[in-house]
Amino acid sequence: MTSAILECAVFLLLVIGLAWPLGAYMARVYTGQSKWADRIFGPIERLIYKVCGVQAGAQMNWKQYAGAVLVFNLLGLIVVHVLQRVQLWLPLNPAGLGNVPPEVSWNTAVSFASNTNWQAYGGETTLSHLTQMLALTTQNFVSAATGMAVLVALIRGLTGRLTTDLGNFWVDLTRTTLHILLPLSFILALLLVSQGVVQTFLASVTVPLLEPTTGADGKSIVEQVIALGPAASQVAIKQLGTNGGGFFNVNSAHPFENPNAFANLLEVVSIILIPAALCFTFGRMVGAQKQGVALLVAMLLIFVPLLALTVASENQANPALTALGVDGTMGNWEGKELRFGPTSSAIWAVTTTAASNGSVNAMHDSFMPLGGLGPMWLMQLGEIIFGGTGSGLYGMLVYAFIAVFVAGLMVGRTPEYLGKKIEAFEMKMASLVILLPSAAVLIGTAIACSIPAGTGPLGNPGAHGFSEILYAFSSGSNNNGSAFGGLTVNGMFYTTAIGICMLIGRYWVIVPVLALAGSLAKKKTVPPGAGTLPTHTPLFIALVAGTIILVGALTFIPALALGPIVEHLALR
Amino acid sequence: MPATAHSHSRQEISARPLFEAKIVNRALVQALLAFNPRRLLKNPVMFVVAVGSAFTTALWIHALVTGKGDASPGFILAVSLWLWFTVYFANFAEAMAEGRGKAQADTLRAARKDVMAKKLASADRHAKSEQIVSAQLRKGDFVLVEAGELLPADGEIVQGVASVDESAITGESAPVIRESGGDRSAVTGGTRVLSDWIVVRVTANPGETFLDRMIAMVEGAKRQKTPNEIALDILLAGLTIVFLLATATLLPFSQYAVNATHLGQPVSLTVLVALLVCLIPTTIGGLLAAIGIAGMDRMIQANVIATSGRAVEAAGDVDVLLLDKTGTITLGNRQATLFVPAPGVAEKELAELAMLSSLADETPEGRSIVLLAEQKFQLKALDPATLGATIVPFTAQTRMSGLDIQGREVRKGATDSVAKFVTERGGTIPAGVREAVDQIARQGATPLVVVEGARVLGVVCLKDIVKGGIRERFAEMRRIGIRTVMITGDNPLTAAAIAAEAGVDDFLAEATPEAKLAMIREWQAKGHLVAMTGDGTNDAPALAQADVAVAMNSGTQAAKEAGNMVDLDSNPTKLLSIVEIGKQMLMTRGSLTTFSIANDIAKYFAIIPAAFAATYPVLGTLNVMRLHSPTTAILSAVIFNALIIVALIPLALRGVAYRPAPASVLLRRNLLVYGLGGVIAPFPGIKAIDLLLTAMGVS
Repeated sequence: MTSAILECAVFLLLVIGLAWPLGAYMARVYTGQSKWADRIFGPIERLIYKVCGVQAGAQMNWKQYAGAVLVFNLLGLIVVHVLQRVQLWLPLNPAGLGNVPPEVSWNTAVSFASNTNWQAYGGETTLSHLTQMLALTTQNFVSAATGMAVLVALIRGLTGRLTTDLGNFWVDLTRTTLHILLPLSFILALLLVSQGVVQTFLASVTVPLLEPTTGADGKSIVEQVIALGPAASQVAIKQLGTNGGGFFNVNSAHPFENPNAFANLLEVVSIILIPAALCFTFGRMVGAQKQGVALLVAMLLIFVPLLALTVASENQANPALTALGVDGTMGNWEGKELRFGPTSSAIWAVTTTAASNGSVNAMHDSFMPLGGLGPMWLMQLGEIIFGGTGSGLYGMLVYAFIAVFVAGLMVGRTPEYLGKKIEAFEMKMASLVILLPSAAVLIGTAIACSIPAGTGPLGNPGAHGFSEILYAFSSGSNNNGSAFGGLTVNGMFYTTAIGICMLIGRYWVIVPVLALAGSLAKKKTVPPGAGTLPTHTPLFIALVAGTIILVGALTFIPALALGPIVEHLALR
Repeated sequence: MPATAHSHSRQEISARPLFEAKIVNRALVQALLAFNPRRLLKNPVMFVVAVGSAFTTALWIHALVTGKGDASPGFILAVSLWLWFTVYFANFAEAMAEGRGKAQADTLRAARKDVMAKKLASADRHAKSEQIVSAQLRKGDFVLVEAGELLPADGEIVQGVASVDESAITGESAPVIRESGGDRSAVTGGTRVLSDWIVVRVTANPGETFLDRMIAMVEGAKRQKTPNEIALDILLAGLTIVFLLATATLLPFSQYAVNATHLGQPVSLTVLVALLVCLIPTTIGGLLAAIGIAGMDRMIQANVIATSGRAVEAAGDVDVLLLDKTGTITLGNRQATLFVPAPGVAEKELAELAMLSSLADETPEGRSIVLLAEQKFQLKALDPATLGATIVPFTAQTRMSGLDIQGREVRKGATDSVAKFVTERGGTIPAGVREAVDQIARQGATPLVVVEGARVLGVVCLKDIVKGGIRERFAEMRRIGIRTVMITGDNPLTAAAIAAEAGVDDFLAEATPEAKLAMIREWQAKGHLVAMTGDGTNDAPALAQADVAVAMNSGTQAAKEAGNMVDLDSNPTKLLSIVEIGKQMLMTRGSLTTFSIANDIAKYFAIIPAAFAATYPVLGTLNVMRLHSPTTAILSAVIFNALIIVALIPLALRGVAYRPAPASVLLRRNLLVYGLGGVIAPFPGIKAIDLLLTAMGVS
């Protein structure tokens, strides 16, 4: 137990220690004060604007900004879809993989555009290197950058006064990619390669088996084909950009994606590095660092207990296995890599679901019921506890608006956040942000468990099967992308339904958030006084965390009761 | 009187008991009439409850007719009845709040009756007049009103002066003086002229008079939702949809569970509706309208008429108060507080001569000098006429006043004019006196030098008297984050001294209407919300610009029209109470919302195990309250949910307790009481109802 606590502590300290300078750097990038970085990337940046005809100084209002986001994402979606449909006839397909079926291809396109990276495909067995690099890796960068751009627009809405200007999406997108994501990925990829993550254009190597065996058809098997590819570069951005779509099908459980404990630590820290750092960026951009710290602490207030729950659950023996005579003193090892074990797997599971990453280094399906509940609930909270790059913090801010609204009324004043009055329009948009992803989860799950196409692909019956469906829709609707496992999701029903959920969870949140930004920017800023509700005190932090937990609990307790909770109670 | 106005208004608030039998009875009936779908539609939360009630009623009939319904008919009926009660209780809360206003309106309506009016052909008492019914009067008509007559309409006095009994609208029995010109020229229809006569120009058409507007306001006829209420409504509607989804999807979920386990039955529709109603924020949904009406009502009890609920709400947001010095911060006039004798002069001698010089001075300042001398040295004020003195009145040229008595020239006046008087008679002002004069001026007070011929006796200090308790009120305001700014026509020196004494945060000296307006705009540009009081016509632009503008009822028609509130007591200090009432209304909404949502946790623990225990017996572990059976558990939750509305009606009408404190302190307190309290309270409540139901034989 001590080592588990120590490991969690090292992990959290590393995240916060790295997030602080990164947050400061990102604030400089977004306010145009990153002098030396501008000297390096400036020329490329200007070239991009010139080629694309972007007027870097032109300001957008919220509708223009939202329009640019949607058009850009739609184009990305189409490119990814088309590339998969024609990959057989394109170069860099050494394994000669066929064109992807339309339902899987559409699902994958939505998945990568929306920063979900839900995998209805099997990486090395479905997609060519060209598709992986040109379609997926590109989307890994720009979908992450989209989220961050929208966040920056919201921050400008909060800091702006009587204006309609929210910045320029094309500039935010370019600067995020060029100044932040590319250099970080470059560093991480190099570090990962040093640990043995593969980076090559070879499709595979064929090695003779040490112990030849016979296949199902009776033929003897004497050699193994081991898939290779440019993994390190994609793994780096899939972790950093809260993407999670693995190069290999088993994601970061694969030894070529995640070879050892150090690589594992690097990767798990990378998952929440940017979301955590953005809290500091936010604090700097609004001119009050304590405001950013407050939101980070609110996130930790939910993250740490759930981390503790999952780590503790996974370090326990599974009574069902103990009954079969398995020694459970080392914890629950089912579905975990030997090089990681329960604690590292549990930390990863909680982190990847808290942030909307979704990469896995163990099979969540095999977690203890409560160990699986933590990750599932983190997604259902709306992917705001760290959450996606940008998307996590803007979701968090929406919750802060709601908390401030109720709290503000309780102190007898029209509620304000950072001097901006939170009024009817803001509540309307905030309600949409909270309502739509939850509605997608619940309605999707309800349909899936009522029709054969939904229950057919289940790997397990009963309450656990229900958990699998609930997890799948929670993951898709909140743009996480992790899979519980046990559920086959490349059929027509799931590819379509989860595809729709991913679209709702991403864009029906982005548009209201940008509308919020536009509405806030137009308002006056009320100067703070003793009658102003402070939004950085422990009390307020607790209130934000409490609001998130209460809304999340009230929405999902009935469903969770019929899934993981009943499983947990039955297992005791 | 004004100094105690605050407690006075508090007494007014508690004057009408919360539950008056007449109002309760009327509300009980009104609540039944409010089952009108169009009315229910205005409140999305209660509308959902009403639809749920109708649906379960239909299920009950279905169960009776077919014999194999959704659940046992008795259970469905019980749930359905309690859901109807929930709607009824919410209606009752609103009717109660409205009833209190209606009772007030009835009193007002009694004052508004048609009377015969003497319509004049022109604005002259002696012009040709005709008798017409007051309802036929139009804006711009002139009427003559004489002693004993009721004013037929709102208007402005153009000629004459009269004492008027305004008790019909203010409840204040002492008559007030109303005269043409100046800031006391407005009269209100329905009040009575007690003496003399006035010619009034009618300023409102019938149906648009002040009394009409007041009646409409207190009856809530024109009540529109306030901005915060709309925002809260949206949040509540959002939550209602979330819970609608959470409960509706339980049907397929439980169907799946039953298919998987082959145990129990899918959850019944009755239970789902019960769960839905328990979860949606019915407590705040049912009380929201009542809270808003009660807020307006508290204003009315404080004798303030707000033209809209929006204004009441804005009062809670105000963070800058512009307060007129005179009447609000200080008592009306300067008063003598000190005699400073010249070197070698006894204080008593100075007092005697100061008194002599003021015997004929009928200004408040002059009277206060006489009073001070009487109090301090037991001197007796004599009638100047019996002394055979010649009165020397104050003139703009001499800027002195006094008496000539038996060859003695006793004068008092401003330093420079007195200096001239003394020099002409060969004297000088001693250095000690000059020092005293400077010192008094530095303190913001007014020095009056007293002389007899060439002899300088000393200085009388005239001071503005700051109202008792006002300093503490301002400290209170500062604690809750409200800045107070004193507006005065005094010079900056005087203003600074009084500002320091009264403890205001800032002051505007030598204020002109333009300067006032500019100051409000400046504050507003910085994002502040500004409140002010005013009574004069020249206040109208500033009143129109301020976010909360309280016009004095004694003020001009222009001021009243520019403001968004009218204080019937014409007490500018009441601005402070108005802010409190506004804050209290918002706090009540916020606190009950928190309470309502926090309640849901306990309800889950009651209903979820009850609904699914048959399918997954292990979920019985969640029945932490150990409720008797699924039936009693669900009924207890529904009954608790309905009764809590009734239990909270007094709180909704009275408002949550308000104590001036910084926002963080208020939040901590209300979060503890209504947040934590809201989580805990339902557990014993539901358990108690469950025990009662079990005892009654429900199983």
